[in-house]
Amino acid sequence: MTFSQQELAEPDLSKSEPDLSDETGGRRIVRRGSWKFWVGIAICALFAIIAALGPLLAPNPNQTNSDGLQAPSLQHLLGTTNIGQDVLTQVIAGTTGSVIIGVVAGALTVVLSMIFGVGGAFLGGKWDEASSLLSNVFLVIPGLPLLIIVTDYVQSRDILVIAVVISLVSWAGAARVLRAQTLSVRSRDYVDAARVASESTWRIMLREILPNLMPIIASQFVFGALGAILAEAGLSFLGLGAPGGRSWGSILFFAQNAQAISLGAWWWFVPPGLCIAVLGAALGLINFSIDEQINPRLRTLAVLRPKAKRGGK
Amino acid sequence: MTTLEALHLRKDYRVRGSGWRAARLQAVDDVSIIVRPGETVALVGESGSGKSTIAKMLVRLVDATSGTVTLDGETIGQGRRATKRYRSRVQMVFQDPFSSLNPALTIRHQLTRPLRIHGIVHSAAEEERELLRLMESVNLSPAKTILAKYPHELSGGQRQRVAIARALAPRPEVLIADEPVSMLDVSIRLEILQLLNDLKLERNLAVLYITHDLATARHFSSQIVVMRSGRVVERGPSDAVILNPVHPYTQFLVRAAPDPKSAPWIVDPNRHLGHPEVVVSTENLELTEENTSVHWVRSWDDDAAVNTMLASLASAQTS
Repeated sequence: MTFSQQELAEPDLSKSEPDLSDETGGRRIVRRGSWKFWVGIAICALFAIIAALGPLLAPNPNQTNSDGLQAPSLQHLLGTTNIGQDVLTQVIAGTTGSVIIGVVAGALTVVLSMIFGVGGAFLGGKWDEASSLLSNVFLVIPGLPLLIIVTDYVQSRDILVIAVVISLVSWAGAARVLRAQTLSVRSRDYVDAARVASESTWRIMLREILPNLMPIIASQFVFGALGAILAEAGLSFLGLGAPGGRSWGSILFFAQNAQAISLGAWWWFVPPGLCIAVLGAALGLINFSIDEQINPRLRTLAVLRPKAKRGGK
Repeated sequence: MTTLEALHLRKDYRVRGSGWRAARLQAVDDVSIIVRPGETVALVGESGSGKSTIAKMLVRLVDATSGTVTLDGETIGQGRRATKRYRSRVQMVFQDPFSSLNPALTIRHQLTRPLRIHGIVHSAAEEERELLRLMESVNLSPAKTILAKYPHELSGGQRQRVAIARALAPRPEVLIADEPVSMLDVSIRLEILQLLNDLKLERNLAVLYITHDLATARHFSSQIVVMRSGRVVERGPSDAVILNPVHPYTQFLVRAAPDPKSAPWIVDPNRHLGHPEVVVSTENLELTEENTSVHWVRSWDDDAAVNTMLASLASAQTS
């Protein structure tokens, strides 16, 4: 209720940026992005750079040497594992794996949810019924058990295969969100106006509807990537991930197997865990700032806060 | 130019979730409208009376359950190409200029598309010329600046002018205006209606003006059709319908639009007794080109809703 009191006290503030997201679609997110957006972007960019340079920085993450389970030192900045692998090198290599999984699974989630969510809602009728049914079925299937069964069944344990499997079990939620939004955009007058102008169905979908779905699609991508990174960490931790320490989750798996916690080898499991937490938080922050742009009620709060601070000074 | 004849239009919607058999809602029930070039016909009624459904059927956004629509007596087929040809002759201005223009596209894009789709222009220079001509015809200037803008950078009146320009782009002969000013500020409503009127005279358009505002309906149209719950209840020349409304529902509409210059309207269900020229019948008037000037009223003896309305009015007056 404090929020509405603030709103009442300064009612004109909420009107200072009328209908921002609705008016301009996705293009203004970057322009007026809050600190959340920029912090999230900065952290993601950092991880993306590490991931891209991973093969150069850590060409051989599984190289072993004689001094196992060393605490951090100048020679091994993050110490070594029980068989003498450099943890920093492993974390860098793991970054590449985890980021690839996030991006690929996020993109696949978006593609699948666009086919079944946007496509179904746009075409309507039987297509909508069929795609809704399919996404509802996928929605009620519990994710992790299905994931475990499917990864167990799939013989190849390539990182890309795991990304595909993760997105296969997690696209349904995004599809429902996109379907709802498509139904709302589809019934707007400008879509009818385009039909009256005899635009082709494809053009209406690509030029009239899709640009106005971009904020939601972006947010679903970020959400999908976040979910995929976490799911992969979970799978790897259970020993179903990519073999050979190629992701943060699998580092945790090996640390757990070697009883790193009871040996007090914190340098082994804290860095990958922290990486997962920080990247997850960064993706979450981006998602929150997109949400703020889409949802005016959240945005008002964000607009009010800095103004109130300034007034306090 | 072109006369739009829509005869016996009917639209049923299936209502879901009402028992085993899907109930049917008659949104439009046997409505006929004839609009001649250079003439405005006003379609008046409260919200939910089926006005917008008629507009959507006339531009083929909604398929009619039955009925025929002809342009100069010519029936135009249902295929994709035929519909495109039909829509190059019949265009529509939407109610809300804040939602009828895509926020993600520039004004130039939104005006260029109909020009290209309907093959009005064949070269870049021609396109530029046609765009400027369109902007000029709806009094939007400076044209170049406005063309580069996005809808949210324009005012409501400017947006509606753009929407009118878009409807005019395929050079239609019939224009459907679905409450074109109801979302605009009162101060600019008249300008937009005047613009539509000027365009009608200039281009000899047949205009169907859908509204719930009786005053502007009378001022801008020669014929008024009053609808209630999907049916025509009264039709005739504008002055006859507004000055001498016979159907109780029309009288209620007139009473609801107070005129400061005259005394409040008194609803009198027996008004037709003093006006023998008004046709009161239970059957729809068979609409032809000739009898659009007949003042016709649907008999309301068996219409429960109207009788309830009259009864409540009577009790209010006696108490």
